[in-house]
Amino acid sequence: MSNKSFRQAINEALAQEMRRDPAVIVMGEDNAGGLGAPGEDDAWGGVLGVTKGLMPEFGRERVLDTPISESAFIGAAVGAAATGLRPVAELMFVDFMGVCFDQIFNQAGKFKYMFGGKAVTPLVVRTMFGAGFRAASQHSQCLYPIFTHIPGLKVVIPSSPYEAKGLMIQAIRDDDPVIFLEHKVMYDDEEEVPDEPYTIPFGEANLTREGGDVTIVAFGRMVQFSNQVADKLEKEGISCTVVDPRTTSPLDTDTILECVADTGRLVVVDEANPRCNMATDISALVAQEAFGALKAPIKMVTPPHTPVPFSPQLEDLYIPTPEKIEAAVRAVAGA
Amino acid sequence: MTKIHPVVMPKWGLAMAEGTVVEWHIVEGSEVGAGDDLLDIETTKITNVVESSHAGLLRRQVAAEGATLPVGALLAVMAEAEVPDAEIDAFIADFNANFEVAAAEAEATAPEPQIIDAGGVAINLLRMGKADGPPIVLIHGFGGDLNNWMFNQPMLAERHSVYALDLPGHGRSSKDVGAGDLTMLSTTLLAALDTLGIEAAHLAGHSLGGAISMQAALDNPARAASLTLVASAGLGPDIDMDYIEGFVRAGRRKEMKQVLQALFADPGLVSRDMVEELLKYKRLDGVDRALTAISGAVFAGGRQTGVLGHRLHELGIPMQVIWGAEDQIIPAAHAREVPATVKAHVLQGAGHMVHMEKAGEVNALIEDLIAR
Amino acid sequence: MQLSREDLLKAYRDMRTIREFEDRVHDEFAKGGIPGFVHLYAGEEASGVGVCMNLDDRDKIASTHRGHGHCIAKGCDPKAMMKEIYGKRDGLCGGKGGSMHIADLSRGMMGANGIVGGGPPLVCGAALTAKTLKTGGVAVAFVGDGGSNQGTTLESYNLARVWNLPVVFVVEDNGYAETTASAWSVGGSQKKRAEAFGMPGTEVDGHDFFAVYDAARQAVEFARSGDGPSLLHVKLDRHYGHFEGDAMTYRAEGEVEKLRQDRDALKIFRTKVSEAKLLETGQLDEIDAEVKELIDQAVAESEAAPPPGEEDLLTDVYVSY
Repeated sequence: MSNKSFRQAINEALAQEMRRDPAVIVMGEDNAGGLGAPGEDDAWGGVLGVTKGLMPEFGRERVLDTPISESAFIGAAVGAAATGLRPVAELMFVDFMGVCFDQIFNQAGKFKYMFGGKAVTPLVVRTMFGAGFRAASQHSQCLYPIFTHIPGLKVVIPSSPYEAKGLMIQAIRDDDPVIFLEHKVMYDDEEEVPDEPYTIPFGEANLTREGGDVTIVAFGRMVQFSNQVADKLEKEGISCTVVDPRTTSPLDTDTILECVADTGRLVVVDEANPRCNMATDISALVAQEAFGALKAPIKMVTPPHTPVPFSPQLEDLYIPTPEKIEAAVRAVAGA
Repeated sequence: MTKIHPVVMPKWGLAMAEGTVVEWHIVEGSEVGAGDDLLDIETTKITNVVESSHAGLLRRQVAAEGATLPVGALLAVMAEAEVPDAEIDAFIADFNANFEVAAAEAEATAPEPQIIDAGGVAINLLRMGKADGPPIVLIHGFGGDLNNWMFNQPMLAERHSVYALDLPGHGRSSKDVGAGDLTMLSTTLLAALDTLGIEAAHLAGHSLGGAISMQAALDNPARAASLTLVASAGLGPDIDMDYIEGFVRAGRRKEMKQVLQALFADPGLVSRDMVEELLKYKRLDGVDRALTAISGAVFAGGRQTGVLGHRLHELGIPMQVIWGAEDQIIPAAHAREVPATVKAHVLQGAGHMVHMEKAGEVNALIEDLIAR
Repeated sequence: MQLSREDLLKAYRDMRTIREFEDRVHDEFAKGGIPGFVHLYAGEEASGVGVCMNLDDRDKIASTHRGHGHCIAKGCDPKAMMKEIYGKRDGLCGGKGGSMHIADLSRGMMGANGIVGGGPPLVCGAALTAKTLKTGGVAVAFVGDGGSNQGTTLESYNLARVWNLPVVFVVEDNGYAETTASAWSVGGSQKKRAEAFGMPGTEVDGHDFFAVYDAARQAVEFARSGDGPSLLHVKLDRHYGHFEGDAMTYRAEGEVEKLRQDRDALKIFRTKVSEAKLLETGQLDEIDAEVKELIDQAVAESEAAPPPGEEDLLTDVYVSY
């Protein structure tokens, strides 16, 4: 057990699974870096260093750098998964799904069903998401609702280093295609992470705070913001349960409904754009299944229905903040 | 003996950083006996009572109910009646002024667990206290770890050297348990004593840890200075296999919470953190295999396979059994399955985790046995 | 010529099975017995069979929306295929895939594909598996002249080259991407495209089984020996429309009748083996009769087979969820 960053936790998960299972490979743009170039080998280890050190240990045969050619290499990862490997393919930014989505949703996500249950596609697509990097509209989105919409895909959003390692190992060992979303602002977050390999099951929400007044459901970085709000309001006598579903598909609807039944009040915090996002999905679930338990209207805290802006001043206005979450919690608590 | 004694926020378990005052049991100005309940403290993991380590007058309650304070913070002041109020005020002011420095020092010198090689098995252990004479060695039960002794080890360490270790397959020890039987587990315990250079120890084992202690003592009588068996396995055939199997199976929060509630007379003691910590342990690679192997070996066919109680007369050392009257895992009736020379204590209002639920009484019984 | 008598009989049987299968699906579709979209391979048999005769159990193929022929050529069971096309529970994919997603991974057939250009990246992956696990396998991407213009296909040429994958790209050019002539829609030449990506490209007469077989043999050996990808541009014709129900008003008057007369792969094969005295006409007629009976049975069994039930709707989405 030692303090590890979100980046190190994912790197360790990849390395340990590659040691355990020779069928595990990683691929992506500059996953090692410097291929064919005159300078340093393993120059980058991925654009933010998550795969650094894997190539020196496992060699170019298992750490494959790719041309900038997402359709081809994401598709190759799908084909490799369907024929016996366990590829972990890096789609550098989730925004790049636009050039390879067919391979993910029409191919990987549907093989098992279309082929009558006979296909197994143990693929992981690692991808960076989220605003806060001043990276503008094409490098900042939270597109997980789109993946969540597709039957056949599993969608994972770790909210801390401990969560990231256990969920990544689970994703690699899982026999279904998994989209693993890493919030780019969180890579340097640190916490205690076991040195040994471990798995966290999909479809089981984590309650990061427990309280009786308001249920906050949040994803990824928004879990941290919600925890801050819960800790602050606890001192004022408003106690919150913070639900981190960990996976949007499968979604732990039971836990969400149980928590809402306990508190009667719900705030959903979602960094994805507001139309057809997780906030609307969970609100609809609660409205349909637990309307009678609600003591106040549901509040959704989301960005506006705009692309992610570039200007720091605008981006800060765009992203849900602890202040906005706090205001929503106070509103539903009537305080 | 100084005239003024501070009562401070205890540190229960390595992870505890702060606690909340739930309720005072003693009003300001009352006489207090050593071992009396002073107040209840809630941590994220558990709620427990703080007992007075001294007899005297509770002169001042410093911490209000509801206050959340760091480990080591001043909760109350005890002093004889003749100490003037001004001196008490000065003591409090001085304590608080130095608290940050003292806390930082305590943090820096806090005991850290270490991994040792016990006959080829990596064993994690925590040592507290420094004293002459045979140390106390605490051995947890099936599915537990050294933190199960969080209400015992620090208190016993005030007067003794106390080791708590993680059994093979548990905590941060190696997850390779081989056959997973009592022989493997007790051999590893003895090997750990060898590595630590401990010739003889006061062994205190809980549940499966009790059976392991007995086995070790019977195999090597010279290594045991005394034997305390807490809700111990190895005294009779009965074991609640629903609990054992449920614990091995539980991978999700709700299942785990339900299973753990059977361990306590007060199921409300099972907190989110306790559940989460056990899930974190159970998620580690190799744990499932280790627990399955141990349970298959020591609880084969739903019965305890290693019943040793009838052999305790072979040991010429002080021995006792301690049980919670409401134990749902191993019946308290097993406390009677020992020779008459072994004193049996059945404590009311406690379940299988009697050393947590009635920590003060259990600690006192261990002290008494060692003093014999 | 390295083909044994048995090989020749198998080649003919496979081609005849495809032809009979597709002609019959055409008829049954017209009668309303088959749901959905169906794209027929009749006329293109020499390509699928000529290529797949060079493959073995280690090897994988990915197909197109026009996939029945590739399935049969790679060894899939025609009866289970027919049931699949009828949408029946005992179909090759449990009735969940149908004509456009027909697949049998146990035979190395990674699926017909409803997405034009969907297959080549997948084949790169199958080849990567073969290379990483050192199975000695080769992967073949069948793609049409329409699919040859997709970015996925062109990206796959590049990836297969830079990763040096054991891949054969087979561009089956039947002259039409739906209604649009490949003469109009394809810039440059398929062969030169291959060469531009650093791999050999070969133009092949897709009406001639022997021409395809020989070219494919070289390409498969090239891949298997570690030399990397190559491309075959196979020129052929389809006997039916883009899909069933296509009135083919974009084709020339008499075009289909003439190609059935002059450029029919099965007729050409019969002529060649008879003239070279490799096989006797009687043997081929016997195969024709056996295949007809097989397809009759396949259709009769498919019509009688039970459809999937409500309990099948929710299964097979995930391995675990």
